[in-house]
Amino acid sequence: MTEGVRGPVQVVGEVLSNKRAGGYQHLTLVAPGVAERFRPGNLVALAVGGPLSDRLLRRGFPIYRARATGAYRATVELVFAVTEPGQEWLAGLPNGASVDVVGPLGRPYALPKEPVACTLVGNGHAAAPLFSLADRLRERGCAVHMVLAAPSERELFGALDAKRAAKTVVVTTEDGSIGLPGGVGLVLPDLLARTGSDVVYAAGPAPMLHAVAAAAESHGAWSQTALDTDLICASGSCLTCVVPTVGEDGVSRTVRSCVEGPVFRGDRVRWADIGTVPSDIWGDE
Amino acid sequence: MSGPDLTTSIGEVQLANPVMVAAGCAGTGRELEPFLDLAEVGALVTRSVTLDPRAGEAPPRAVETPAGVLSDTGLQGPGLQGFLATELPWLAQRRVRTVVSIAGQNLGQWAELARRVGLSPGVTAVEVNLAWPPDSAAARDSYQAAKILAAVRRDMPRGIPVLAKVAPVMHTVVDVSRAAVEAGADAIVVGHGLPGMALDRATLRPVLRGGNGLLSGPALNAVALRCVWEVHAALPEVDLVGSGGVRTGYDALAMLAAGAGAVQVGSVVLHDPAAPRRIATELAEELDRRGIPAVADVIGRAHRPHPDPTGDAR
Repeated sequence: MTEGVRGPVQVVGEVLSNKRAGGYQHLTLVAPGVAERFRPGNLVALAVGGPLSDRLLRRGFPIYRARATGAYRATVELVFAVTEPGQEWLAGLPNGASVDVVGPLGRPYALPKEPVACTLVGNGHAAAPLFSLADRLRERGCAVHMVLAAPSERELFGALDAKRAAKTVVVTTEDGSIGLPGGVGLVLPDLLARTGSDVVYAAGPAPMLHAVAAAAESHGAWSQTALDTDLICASGSCLTCVVPTVGEDGVSRTVRSCVEGPVFRGDRVRWADIGTVPSDIWGDE
Repeated sequence: MSGPDLTTSIGEVQLANPVMVAAGCAGTGRELEPFLDLAEVGALVTRSVTLDPRAGEAPPRAVETPAGVLSDTGLQGPGLQGFLATELPWLAQRRVRTVVSIAGQNLGQWAELARRVGLSPGVTAVEVNLAWPPDSAAARDSYQAAKILAAVRRDMPRGIPVLAKVAPVMHTVVDVSRAAVEAGADAIVVGHGLPGMALDRATLRPVLRGGNGLLSGPALNAVALRCVWEVHAALPEVDLVGSGGVRTGYDALAMLAAGAGAVQVGSVVLHDPAAPRRIATELAEELDRRGIPAVADVIGRAHRPHPDPTGDAR
């Protein structure tokens, strides 16, 4: 849990820009206090619909990029698919509009202490946080390789960014409309072997993360996986975004994706049991 | 703060202001700390503590509905022992006014929960969650509510008030409240969620893994207000806490005017973690604007005739 000066803040953010990016929405907010505390993997939670809104629940998003200083003061950028009315409202906000922002939330990616080789794997817009992660890794002298996956070309995000961010870029789609066909599970083992990666960082839905964790395990690498899941309060109060995990002590626990996650060690998540509360789990800490 | 006197009392317990955080909406308390000085809230009601640890319901556990949220967490929690070892001391250390919500499955469990919570330091009051387990009718059944309250009261030290949380169901709320008070409750909390359902747009099947859930939020506000009104009209001497979709200082003021001595805020905290402080500030402004010097002066005011604007008080 983050506390003190590193803890989250609640601020009134201001829309600096709001535009389409391929099949997604790219929202930039001036959010003083959030950017300064940001570490790759963190989330923000936005209130939607304005002050008179009857939409009670916040929308949680991984942070794409954060700039603590710049011409427009501290900004955070988000990339999301518009799939429900709250996101439609956000996508329709004009420049200068106000949004209530809480963040940064959640446990960020753990960074290696040594300059090791890293492979970053992202699916669709969920790949967004990997680009600021790549910057931090390169600052530490790490070699960065990247896999961008998507169901099809339409849903691919960040291919241009990736060329700047990574030494090797592999694109794969389920339908083969661009890049290698077949998805992460088929391309990752070869890339890990080729690059000698020591750590695999990933962001996306559970089935892809499961494949990443398995590939990392058989290659002998650590994996850090950020789960893309719906959040309700994003501050840990509501106990709804739960994930079954195994602790250091071998005991299984139901933990919150927004507090103990969204980044989990890949070997700690009970991937096959996601979406359930396994019968051997008893309460939380 | 200068301005109106916000102090109030519920079952002999003095609160600095009438805004409490409802059970299950503040997590363990730690989650709200970055946004809110917890010692400032009128009182914090803990998530409902069960005797044994509970893993809770499979996700999805909550879904947004019109002006509300439908949820069923299955009371995930560490059980009584874990709660007393970790969550309660943390709150006590910060001098948070802590109301411990308890949930038993049979009279033996209720008694044990009462005994062990009652003897723990840092407990301001205990709230009896009559709406659990989900198939229990105790929150809207006088007979069952009375049996539970009697069991809890018998094993609770005298100095600790027992709050009975009853369902905001118009046709039972007065009877259940009366039965709970006669069985030993020191105050009544009106304000569980009501059973509801939401279907997935794509599959047309229930969204929540548990099938159903309890609806809370602004959708319930008018229903809860009516129930507070009815209980206060029938039992004017009984201390009441009103809960159900309170989002603003005005919503809180309305609950007080209907007869509540305090309010609980729940779903709004998921929306805005700093809401309890904002609502207390707004309540002070609402009182100030009306020239009402103290919370005590507005409790039950809605039941009295409106004074004739001409000053003719016939």
